[in-house]
Amino acid sequence: MRKRDDQQTKAYESHSLKRRDFLKAALATGAVGLGGAALLRFISPADTEAADWGSPNALGAKHWGLVIDVEKLNRFANFSQIIEACHAHHNVPAVNDPKTEVKWIWQDDFEHCFEELDNAYLSEDIKAQEFLVLCNHCENPSCVRVCPTQATFKRDDGIVCMDYHRCIGCRFCMTGCPYNARSLNFFDPRPYIKEIDPDYPTRTQGVVEKCTLCVERIDQGLPPYCVEASNGAIVFGDLADPESDVRQALQSGLSIRRKAELGAGPSVYYLIGGGVPAVAGGELNA
Amino acid sequence: MLEKALHGSRRYYIWLAFLGALVIVGAIAYSRQLNYGLGLTGISRDVPWGLYISQFTFLAGISVTGVMVAIPHYLHNFKAFAKVVILGEFLAVAAVIGAILFVVVDLGQPARVMNVLLYPSPWSIMFWDIVVLGAYLLVSIVIGWTALAAEKKGLPVPRWAKVLTYLSIPLAIAVQTVEAFLYAGLPGKDYWATAILAARFLSSAFASGPALLIMICMIIGKVSSFKVLEKAIDALAKIVLYAIVINVFFFLLEVFTALYSQVPAHQVSLTYLFFGYQGHGNLMPFMWAAAILAFIGIFMLAVPKLRHNKKTLVVALLAVFFCGWLDKGLGLVLGGFVPDSFGRVMEYTPTVNEVLIISGIYGIAMLVLTILYKVVIAVRRED
Ligand code: SF4
Repeated sequence: MRKRDDQQTKAYESHSLKRRDFLKAALATGAVGLGGAALLRFISPADTEAADWGSPNALGAKHWGLVIDVEKLNRFANFSQIIEACHAHHNVPAVNDPKTEVKWIWQDDFEHCFEELDNAYLSEDIKAQEFLVLCNHCENPSCVRVCPTQATFKRDDGIVCMDYHRCIGCRFCMTGCPYNARSLNFFDPRPYIKEIDPDYPTRTQGVVEKCTLCVERIDQGLPPYCVEASNGAIVFGDLADPESDVRQALQSGLSIRRKAELGAGPSVYYLIGGGVPAVAGGELNA
Repeated sequence: MLEKALHGSRRYYIWLAFLGALVIVGAIAYSRQLNYGLGLTGISRDVPWGLYISQFTFLAGISVTGVMVAIPHYLHNFKAFAKVVILGEFLAVAAVIGAILFVVVDLGQPARVMNVLLYPSPWSIMFWDIVVLGAYLLVSIVIGWTALAAEKKGLPVPRWAKVLTYLSIPLAIAVQTVEAFLYAGLPGKDYWATAILAARFLSSAFASGPALLIMICMIIGKVSSFKVLEKAIDALAKIVLYAIVINVFFFLLEVFTALYSQVPAHQVSLTYLFFGYQGHGNLMPFMWAAAILAFIGIFMLAVPKLRHNKKTLVVALLAVFFCGWLDKGLGLVLGGFVPDSFGRVMEYTPTVNEVLIISGIYGIAMLVLTILYKVVIAVRRED
């Protein structure tokens, strides 16, 4: 275990170094605008301190999305750390009952995440991979369509948000979401929160919640927690911008989305084998 | 006129007391749920809708009974229904009140229910559902009450009330259609995503509702001097027969598509409901019971001798009514959640608290019905 950790750290360090080089180069050539450059900072948390970006302004994008590099995720990332980073900061209660649990991001295997792509002779490698699932911040979100009070809504930058004060708890969004991404607070969640983070609101009994792609952080110019905790396995950026990290990552190999055939337009992409984000060091696995 | 509900026989008071007890127990159970949250019910993250929503759907279906008697009477001048029309309207009133209450107890934050009207969302079917249900409730109360007042004075129903009755016909159809659209438009819920769902809802409603109305008429005939014409009962029974036959036919269309196409998404919910899936099969006995009841009901209603005999008619009607309840008030909603988006099965079992709340709401609906019918009977006894 320890050895693996060391390996991970090493890999990660070399990776962030690569990233820093890339950043410098990008800035030098002016290939990336300030906005785009600001984005790059988030892919590699180690750079956050080092780089002085000054302005804490909100990040802007036309369509925020995530690219999850499955191979990297399984090799270099620590699932529970990522999940914990999200859940702890967002005061997500730890309810240990599959019926009433609340979860924003969690892990599952290929056979379940991509049920329709499963087959009897699936490679053992793929079978062994774990995936992270969360709200897909769909382009055409059915949860938003069905909500009778507009308590869940889509922002101009593509993030699907929740207004916990308007939600009446009818759970139409839970039924309407084809990804089971939403949870109801079946009871007062506060007793189930290990340590309440005062910087984020807790929810009340009877309202629905889900991943918000860390809007509160994006609006402060910070990347989502899961991205930050992923050791570079989760790339975050503007899907509408061909120069963005996410778009470049998508160029590097086969990407799939959960149940794309339903037309919801999920904005979370999974990079499957063979592909490593071009930005984030193709050399890493070489 | 309402004061007429205050005087009745001993039997009447015992019945009221029984319903009152159901309501009180239900209210206590509901206050527990209000306090603790929906965790006191059997619903879960994977099956977010349970018996509350399915009872809501079922009762909204019962409410269309009003138009099933109004159409023959007003559009085809079928005189035998003259005395039944008001009963149909009031059955609609009680059913819609029950349906709305089921939505309210289902909410996680019931105090905020007005948000639906404060922030109207035309894209949400739930919004339209509340609009049509509210309108239908209002129209049914007004029509029923006006017709009764006219009857009391020995006057014909005023013209405007007749116009309102015509309006109530498309409204009732809309209630069922919108109700079906709550389900039929959801991506990834293949059991519901079928174009025939609204038609199934209508046919099922036109079977269960009139079946209930006939049984109520028979009970009224037993406990009061007011008799519904044999002709009216037989006409209603035929409506029930046609409706249940059409309903079964529609269901078999679904079965064909699922079985012949062999597309798993079309099949899995049906497989789960009738044969179990991944070792889960809580609903199997109920679904088979519904299938058997449908055929018993159809057979007994189709044979004139059995349909004309009061005793066998009641058996047939009970069969149809419970078949409708099992299919729409149980299997339809719960089957749609299997499997979840990860291909897993989470089963739903209602809790005792939940069942007490449900019986409390049925208690309220029956209380409303009893009081309204009591007034009708009292008014009619006077002439
Ligand atoms: S994944 Fe579900 S909750 Fe998230 S935006 Fe899409 S439909 Fe809505």
